[in-house]
Amino acid sequence: MQQIIDLIQTYSLLRMLIAFLVLIGIVFLNAIVMGYLERKIAARIQRRWGPMEIGVQGWLQMILDGVKMLAKQLIVPRDADRFLFRLAPLLCFTPVVMIFAALPFSKALYGINLHIGLIYIIAMASINVFAILIAGWSSNNKYSMFGAMRSVAQNIAYEIPILLSLLSVVLTTASFDLQKIVEAQSGWLWFAVYPNLFVAFVIYLIAGCAETNRAPFDLPEAESELTAGFHTEYSGFGFGLFAVAEYGNLFIMASIASIMFLGGWNGPFGLASGPLMGAFWFLSKVFVLMLVMIWVRWTYPRVRFDQLMNLAWKYLIPFSLVNLLITAFLVKMI
Amino acid sequence: MGEESKIKSINAFTQSLREEYEQGAIEHQGAMLSQLLLTDKVLKVCQANSLWPMTFGLACCAIEMMATGMARIDMARYGAEVFRPSARQCDLLIVSGTVNKKMAPAVITLYEQMPAPKWVIAMGNCAISGGPFAVEENYNVIEGVDRLIPVDVYIPGCPPRPEALIEGILKLQEKITGGRQPWPQRKMPEKPEVIKI
Repeated sequence: MQQIIDLIQTYSLLRMLIAFLVLIGIVFLNAIVMGYLERKIAARIQRRWGPMEIGVQGWLQMILDGVKMLAKQLIVPRDADRFLFRLAPLLCFTPVVMIFAALPFSKALYGINLHIGLIYIIAMASINVFAILIAGWSSNNKYSMFGAMRSVAQNIAYEIPILLSLLSVVLTTASFDLQKIVEAQSGWLWFAVYPNLFVAFVIYLIAGCAETNRAPFDLPEAESELTAGFHTEYSGFGFGLFAVAEYGNLFIMASIASIMFLGGWNGPFGLASGPLMGAFWFLSKVFVLMLVMIWVRWTYPRVRFDQLMNLAWKYLIPFSLVNLLITAFLVKMI
Repeated sequence: MGEESKIKSINAFTQSLREEYEQGAIEHQGAMLSQLLLTDKVLKVCQANSLWPMTFGLACCAIEMMATGMARIDMARYGAEVFRPSARQCDLLIVSGTVNKKMAPAVITLYEQMPAPKWVIAMGNCAISGGPFAVEENYNVIEGVDRLIPVDVYIPGCPPRPEALIEGILKLQEKITGGRQPWPQRKMPEKPEVIKI
């Protein structure tokens, strides 16, 4: 008996190890694909071609950039806190992989299924703020510090509407288990169809945009004001890891949106959603959402800081609170 | 006496800076990587094809530099459109315009802040030799940015056209890899289509 338990334990450990290695690969692959798409789409929006010469339509461009970045000199500024300075990119990157492990790509395809998956993911996503603050603080650079402070203020403000809008889904399904939440949406009744949850979906998208420090809310790295924000002093792959983690966070944001509101791995029109087709539907929903984020980023100008804070505290939080109350009322009545 | 000690401390500071830079150059990851998993040539091709320039404009040449990044000319085709605002993240310093004596320390600082494999393009006559300012009455213009920092490629013109800057970047790629980059060069049509209205 003991032997069997040991075997299962080693097997699950092996499974976790393989899952983590594959997921690290997926995180980097995601960064390469998204970086390429972002550069191409930005170019098309500005009536340019984008990368063209390296490979067909420049598809090798991001790989070349990655190799170049690996070969850059790593500078640690003299007055920087050496240990924290080196720690920050890793602290930014690791939680991304840990969250990827908990995402249900399809019914059978996931790293680990937790019955508190949503709480776990939100908790891990909050470490990102910590990493950015460490990066800004340890660089000993005023621009980095400003960027980090802005990022902390912004992420703390926007975590509240995210939590409140996700909570209305949790009220509806009475579960934190992501697989159960996806299964509750089987068939055609995705949660974004319900009017109250659609409001939550829109609030989540706006707040998620700000949470990933992108689009009209990229104040932490506002290039025209703060050289490059919190990663001003990072060269080579320190900066590369921040970029990879940023695209990873974008993926997580989009996948949470698709799991909670757009039916996760459920196909539209009741189409087949087996282990592989489910992953296909899930990834296509995630990529459509991410392309929308890129589209928004290259279309709208940056907001001012007071506008950003007003949007969170005066509009998103009250709206999501009221929405939560309405959802609770509906759940109780129906 | 105070003046002398100040000079001494400044000298010590620059000496320590230089030592630190040399230390960094020894630690330079490129050499290690090329020994471990990449041949030097592959690494050079990668470096040549993703030259990220600095967001750094000095005078009217900067307008042409901006035009090079925009539609119609578009240096993004060669992977060189990522204008990084921080000196730590870029490979290429395009000195685009007149460098006067007040700007010179800033140019040197920016150059020294860039991490190790780095290149410089002197764009326009002012950056090459002072251009129209290289006259007897000149009192504040550095006659040529190569008096301050080493320059890899010179692009003449006042200001040079965006096509000239593209050609300069291609020349720099040639210098890095020892051959014309990128691989299959896209040919422009010989006779551009004339749109009749």
